[in-house]
Amino acid sequence: MLYMSKILLRNKDIPNSQSLEVYTGRGGYNALRKALSLPQDDVISMVYESGLRGRGGAGFPAGAKWRMLTKYRVKTVYLICNADEGEPGTFKDRFIMEFDPHLLLEGMLITAYATGAHHGFIYIRGEYDWIAKILVKAIDEAQAHGFIGNNILGSSFSFFVDVFRGAGSYVCGEETALIESLEGKAGRPRLKPPFPAASGLYGDPTLIHNVTTLSYIPFIIGNGPDAFKSAGKAGSGGTHIFGISGHVNKPGIYEYPMGTTLRELIYEAAGGIRGGKHLKAVVPGGMSAPILKADEIDVSMDYQALNAIGTMLGSGGIVVLDEDTSIPMIAQKTAKFYAHESCGQCAPCREGTNMIKYLIDKIIAGEGTAKDIEQILRLCRYIRGSTICAFGIAATLPIAAMIKKFRNEFEALLRD
Amino acid sequence: MIDKDIKEIIEGFVKKFPCRDSAVLPSLSLIQKKNGYVSEKDMEDLSRILGFSEARIFSAASFYSMLNLKPKGKYHIQICSNVSCSLTGEGPLLDYISGKLGIKEGDTTPDGLFSIEPVECLGSCGYAPAMIINSDHYENLSFERVDEMINVIYEQNITEK
Ligand SMILES: Cc1cc2nc3c(=O)[nH]c(=O)nc-3n(C[C@H](O)[C@H](O)[C@H](O)COP(=O)(O)O)c2cc1C
Ligand code: SF4
Ligand code: FES
Repeated sequence: MLYMSKILLRNKDIPNSQSLEVYTGRGGYNALRKALSLPQDDVISMVYESGLRGRGGAGFPAGAKWRMLTKYRVKTVYLICNADEGEPGTFKDRFIMEFDPHLLLEGMLITAYATGAHHGFIYIRGEYDWIAKILVKAIDEAQAHGFIGNNILGSSFSFFVDVFRGAGSYVCGEETALIESLEGKAGRPRLKPPFPAASGLYGDPTLIHNVTTLSYIPFIIGNGPDAFKSAGKAGSGGTHIFGISGHVNKPGIYEYPMGTTLRELIYEAAGGIRGGKHLKAVVPGGMSAPILKADEIDVSMDYQALNAIGTMLGSGGIVVLDEDTSIPMIAQKTAKFYAHESCGQCAPCREGTNMIKYLIDKIIAGEGTAKDIEQILRLCRYIRGSTICAFGIAATLPIAAMIKKFRNEFEALLRD
Repeated sequence: MIDKDIKEIIEGFVKKFPCRDSAVLPSLSLIQKKNGYVSEKDMEDLSRILGFSEARIFSAASFYSMLNLKPKGKYHIQICSNVSCSLTGEGPLLDYISGKLGIKEGDTTPDGLFSIEPVECLGSCGYAPAMIINSDHYENLSFERVDEMINVIYEQNITEK
């Protein structure tokens, strides 16, 4: 029997869970009180020891990122919550913000205290209009009760936070593009280094975290790093919110220990394949994660195990495809997405993603040749590693994997 | 046009953020919300209010897919065309709505009421298919529900006239 974890989603089904009253009634903001009674470095150490890794996709250890900022405490430091959630197949952050906005705010407050930030932004994708309103209301309420503002809970710590709405751009989820967007420019990623920790928003040191990452902080501070580690079965510790979509009986979001198998998630959590059909393939971590075949789903859902079989945990968006699905059609949609969303500043990415889209369209139209398949794989190799941001990798890994694992389906469409 | 009310809110953005650069995007979104789209004149006015070059405002405005630089229908329907939304239900929602309204993607109906456009993932993948009308989000759609929604809009607009 698979038991759902309840670190992040514990309040979700409680009536009026968005309100400060319900949140504090269930122990909310106690972790902030505790954090404020500790030296900043102790809070950072707890996060470091918890092993928490970023849930935005890259999985970078959060504690290590916080430590990088400690040398900048004398300067203005900004904290940004990345709520751009644009990776196809991903829909987890919205539930935290919609049903437990104070959990995110408490996470931001503790993070800001530990890292010396006094101003924060929640950069939320423009399409989440109703959620932005919930966040604004929660911020106002927290401010009215002394959890946000000057001298929080009687301490010397002050913090303010603004909700900032994006305007429809996937690449703005990339941290430096997001900063450009916050600065009122087109969302084109910056060359790194300098990393945001050294020079981010308005040129000041900046810490950026995904919504989910920040929302784990109250649990880690409240219950200690070991409680977080032991909530997961695998080395990376903790839980993960998996968004399961596609051909399953019960699509939705599920919080389970890190290290739960993909098979358990598909067949137990999400109730198996719709219509009693067989599974063909799964995308395990958002559309940029390389696809897995049906015989690969006994994998443990954690960073290391997924990397070992050539894919990634990414954003935890699981897209399930049944036996009737055409993989070239999935490749076509994926290619269209990346061609559309490329910011266009690197030629390999701009031209390459459009070329790949053109070639897949050609194959699907029945006009393709064996050479076109080779050409797509060559383009994938060529784009990777020759671009400013990781979009180039995200755009090519999934396409190359679909062709390698389901080559026969592409070949069946070729013009003799 | 940026009227007095809009200008006042924009000046509020400038005060609110640590740096006036951050007022650009909220201002553009606000103009669109009030006027339905962002015209060239709006961008010129905004560049004056914020003290940034017109080029900078234009380059930002043209980058974001939610900012319309041309007028759209009174009800601008944006339909998710990404993977999860294409796996469920009765077939592509975009084709259905476009057939029903008799317009192609990117077009507006002659009465100016509807325009449609395919968009990328809306974060509703588990509740597919999904679409947005203006700023309202709709999930778990069926052809039947879409028919109802469009009928309601027609009726409202007849009674308004
Ligand atoms: C093209 C691209 C899109 C991204 N989109 C998102 C996103 O929507 N949300 C997110 O949290 N991180 C996204 N990221 C990752 C961010 O750059 C960054 O690593 C993350 O926000 C850091 O937070 P974390 O350490 O909590 O994961 C994206 C990265 C790339 C390259
Ligand atoms: S890799 Fe693509 S998205 Fe990233 S900066 Fe270059 S062109 Fe833009
Ligand atoms: S694929 Fe349609 S909402 Fe994500």
